[in-house]
This record gives sequence, structure tokens and C-alpha cells, in this order.
Amino acid sequence: MFPVKELKRSLLISVWFAFLTFPIMVIKVDPIERIVSYRWHNMFFIAFGSFVISILAKVYMVRSERRAGRKKVKKDIAEPFIQRILREPRFLYPLSIAALVFAIAFPSVFSTYQTNIMTTALMYVVLGLGLNIVVGVAGLLDLGYVAFYAVGAYSYALLNLHFNLGFWTVLPIGGMLAAFFGVLLGFPVLRLRGDYLAIVTLGFGEIIRLILENWNDFSHGPSGIANIPRPGLFGMEMSFDAGIIYMYYVIVALVVFTIFVVNRLQNSRLGRAWLALREDEIACQAMGIDKTKTKLIAFSLGAFWAGLVGVIFAAKTTFVNPASFTFLESAIILSIVVLGGMGSIVGVIFGALILILMPEYLRALSEYRMLAFGGILVVMMVFKPDGIISNVRRSYQFKKHISTRGAE
Amino acid sequence: MKKKILDVQGLSKNFGGIKAIDSVDLDILPGEIVALIGPNGAGKTTFFNCLTGIYAPTGGDIVLHHPETGVRTRLNGMKPNKITEKGMARTFQNIRLFPTMSVLENVMIGRHCRTKAFVLGAIFRNPATRREEKEIIEVSYDILKKVGLHKLVNEEARNLSYGAQRRLEIGRALATEPFLLLLDEPAAGMNPNETEALVALIRKICREGHSILLIEHDMKLVMSLSDRIFVMDYGKKIAEGTPEEVRSNPAVIKAYLGEDVDA
Repeated sequence: MFPVKELKRSLLISVWFAFLTFPIMVIKVDPIERIVSYRWHNMFFIAFGSFVISILAKVYMVRSERRAGRKKVKKDIAEPFIQRILREPRFLYPLSIAALVFAIAFPSVFSTYQTNIMTTALMYVVLGLGLNIVVGVAGLLDLGYVAFYAVGAYSYALLNLHFNLGFWTVLPIGGMLAAFFGVLLGFPVLRLRGDYLAIVTLGFGEIIRLILENWNDFSHGPSGIANIPRPGLFGMEMSFDAGIIYMYYVIVALVVFTIFVVNRLQNSRLGRAWLALREDEIACQAMGIDKTKTKLIAFSLGAFWAGLVGVIFAAKTTFVNPASFTFLESAIILSIVVLGGMGSIVGVIFGALILILMPEYLRALSEYRMLAFGGILVVMMVFKPDGIISNVRRSYQFKKHISTRGAE
Repeated sequence: MKKKILDVQGLSKNFGGIKAIDSVDLDILPGEIVALIGPNGAGKTTFFNCLTGIYAPTGGDIVLHHPETGVRTRLNGMKPNKITEKGMARTFQNIRLFPTMSVLENVMIGRHCRTKAFVLGAIFRNPATRREEKEIIEVSYDILKKVGLHKLVNEEARNLSYGAQRRLEIGRALATEPFLLLLDEPAAGMNPNETEALVALIRKICREGHSILLIEHDMKLVMSLSDRIFVMDYGKKIAEGTPEEVRSNPAVIKAYLGEDVDA
């Protein structure tokens, strides 16, 4: 059943993995005792494990190829189960209501610790949805998204420090400031696409971080700004736990608001223009779409959400410093969008929840959790390159009744 | 005498030292079908790209004169989308549809420059925006009917046959409400039946009040369809006139068949 060639290939893969993981899995240095021990049995486990996994992966691939071949005959059935549910309003609405009820009930069911983690995850949901406008819908690869997040966080920190402005006042200001920075970044990169755009946005992200780190008089440098107040509720005093739960509801409200707005934007004249811009820039211009305006709007609307979440982040942690806004953050947010499914709102939500919650719940694996995390990412991208839930864009279906009315 | 709707004077375009277009004049009167022909590499598509703002011309003047409003606009250096707004739309030689969008959506994109709902309209979906969206869909559907694609309205553009894709491009351009339509090799790669349908379509569009400038290699189509023909070779205009005049012009015969016809 299994050709020798495949066995050889799997064997080669296992040897390669054993070699790659040799330094971390086999060598153990004890600096106190000054001894180096070699754990050769680990090497064997790795080699054997990767051999088995590679064979299983191959079997899976062959099978899914066969299945795909059979499916071609019946094209309509090929649409995955999840996508069918998302397309049908009678399934989608009850499911969203159930999800909302679950989200509202969450703090009373689970502990404060769990609620706190969930708050973080939901922050990334909003960040992912914001970046999704830029990357997923308009097709502009942005690697410096964290810069706008930083702008939001520092606008709350600084406006509060100097002018004593409250959370609810700064929330829209932070969003607007980030959107303004989005336009600032947008202008120089209008002509760029693909790789070039990615590099410039990456540079922009680093510039913002370096300014925050080095301009001590402005941003208090690497030591950051502490004692940022949590959001208030009509001047009520709240206990620590109540504060966390309140924060959670603020972010839930923001998530709902974001989904609503992003969904409407995608299904609008502007959303169509973004999609068209992603597909063919020249044809787009020839059809009368202002490329400059459309791109800048995408950048600034994407940045707007990052600004909002930035303000919430500052209020949640009560402390900001430049170390929170490294390239790694941008990469994680981008992974959320890509892993979730570019352009798909539901996909991005799942992507954020999985990517942020998984490292938390993988704590059982202690020091290997990041390794497992990376492994899962690789496996996901190999087997489902479109993301967890690929985009189920409701394309404009023409309905008959309009045509009859139009003909009258 | 009718006023010219497009008046091109001494248009030039250099790429480095190469003169892709060298001082070409061209004009179009309202309701005309004008063809621009010439051997491969004569600079026809470059000429189109200069007219539509994709390239900035090196020299010369392009003036567009709206037949109804009477507005005169010099197009040199304008952005492509502004030129489309002024009332001149185009199709592409190598089809440039939005492949993963539906047929209807492709035409809806053409309505973009004639509508105005923006961020707030999209979010609040106020009555004006909803009315506009409905209107976009209705107008787009009517255009699809006109080009004969209304049965494929919800199909993805990439799944269309070659001829249908070409017609969809024409439909998309019509959605921008042009008074002058530029067609870059609309019949390329079509079979005789499709070409015949295309000729009928172009005639119909012309009767409805759109003037047409087309680049084409299919001589039968050009000769039967055009009121006037311009011939380019090596970036220069070598002849102009009615189909009969052009057919018997020695310079044109030389350009197409080579130097020594008798040899």
C-alpha cells in the first residue's frame, strides 16, 4: 500500500528533525555543576515521532486528494458545512445570539482569571478585525499594525497624565489619532504593493516604537508610564474583581460594535471598491475608483480599531511601555487574520480566540508550549491555507423581484 | 459642422529614447465609430493608455468635449479615475475583470464613480444609501441585459467564456456612463459567431448615443463597422479616412504587407 519512496522520504524527514532539535532536546548544560549531559533517548523519540507524523500526514493528503477528485463531480456539495451555516441567516442569527449570551454569561460562570484572559483574547479579536480591513479586504499587507495600537495606548496614557482626561473621553480621541496616523502611513506607501509595502509598513512600526523608547521627555522612555486609571462608571468605586468584569463587558460591547461596523463596511460601495482594488488596481482606476482615497480610507479605518484597543489596553494593564509594541505583536495580529481566513469576519474571530487562548491553555505543556504552538501553526497552514473559515462573502445575489419592478 | 468630442493634437510618448508615439493627431465626432489600426507594436495600446491616463504623455494635447454639457477638459496628466468621471471609459486588450467577483458586482464597480455613499452611509445605511444601492443593482442589471449576460448575473466573472468576459468588460465600462467608449481589441480570440454578436452589440451601443474608438486587428470587422479609420505604424499616424480610402492607401498597404509588394 505504501511505496518505498514515501517511506524513504519520511525517514529523511525524521533524521532532519532529529538533527534540528538536537541542540534543545539532546544537549543539556548544567552551568552550576559544569557538566554537559547528552539525552540520546530524546533524539530517538523525536525521530520516531516525526517519522510517524510525516507518514500520517502523507496518508491524509492522499486521501483528501482522492476525496477532492470525487467531489468535483458534485460541485454543490463541495461547499463545507461551516460555510453553509454561515450563508443561511436562519442558522447564523440563532448562533450569533447564542454566542452573545455565552459572552455575557461568561464572567458569572467562569473565574475572574478566566475572564481576564478572555478580555485579552477579545482585544485581539478587535485588532484582527481591524487589520482584516487592510490585509484581508483591501489586500494591503501591513506589518506595522502594532504602531497604531501603540498610538492608542500612549494617547490614553499621555492625555491622562498631562490633562487628566478620562477613559471614555480618550477612547474616541485615541481611535481618531490612530486613524490619522493611518493616513500618515498611507501617503508614502500609496504606490507600493506586496513585498515593498510590507517592508515599509514594517519600518513604520519600528519607527513608532523607537520614538516611544528614546524620546524620554515625551513618552518616559523604556520605563513607560504607570498608574493609568481603569475606566470609570459614573464615578463609582469598584473592587478589583468588579473592575476586571467591567473591563470585560466594555470589550464585549466593542467587539459587537466592531463586527457590526466591519460587516456593513464590507457590504457597501466602499467594500466593493476595496475588493476590486485587491483584484486589479489598474482596472479599478479605469472604472473610476479613486485609488488614493480608497487606500487611505482602508488604512485609517483599520488603524482606528487598533487605536481603540490601544486605549483599552492601557486602561486594562494600567501601565504602558514600548516593550508591549514590538514586531511580534504585529506578527501575531497578522497570523490571526491569515490563520482565521482573510476577509472572513467569523474566521478572524476564531483565529484570535485560538491563537490567544491556546498558549494559555497549553500551559500544561509548560516549556514546550511555544513549540507546540508553532507546530500547530505550521500544520494549520499546510492543511488549511485558506484559514480556519475561509471567506464566505455574501456576493450580491440578484433577486428576481427587483428585475420585474425595474422592467415596469 | 458637429463639434469634435475628442481632439488629440500632436500626442507623443517617449520611453527613454524610444518614441512609442510620435506626434499623432486624432479626432472623433459625436455618434461616430472610429477604428485605430496598425501592425503589432505600432503604438496603438500606448495611445489608448495615454488617452486614459495610465501613461502621462510626453507632449501634445488631449481635449475631451462633453457633447451635452459642453464642458471642455484637457486630459493631459489627469488620473485615470478622473478621466473616467469626465465620460470616457475603456476596456482592456488582456481582459482585466475582477475574477472572483460576480458578474453583477463587476458592473456595480463601474457605477462607483456615479454614486457617492461613503463610510458613514455604509455604517448607518440610511434611506439615501439604501436607495442608491438599489439603484446601482437595477442599473447594473439593465446593462447586463443590454450586453446579453443577465442570465449569468450571479456567476463568478472568471467562470465566464472568453467572449462573455469581453462583453462583460464592455458592460462594466458602460456602467460608468461614458459618451466615448474605447475598446482595445474587443474581438481578439473570438470565434466568428461571437464576433458577429459583438458587431451587433457595438452598433447598438453606438445607436444609443455612445461614440466608439476601437483598436482591432480583424479587418473585416473594422471595415464593416467604422465610419473612419486611423492607421498607425512605428508610432506615427500614416493614414486616415473612410474604410475605402484607407483600403486603397499605398502607405497602409506598405505597412501591412512590407516594402516590395511586387517582388
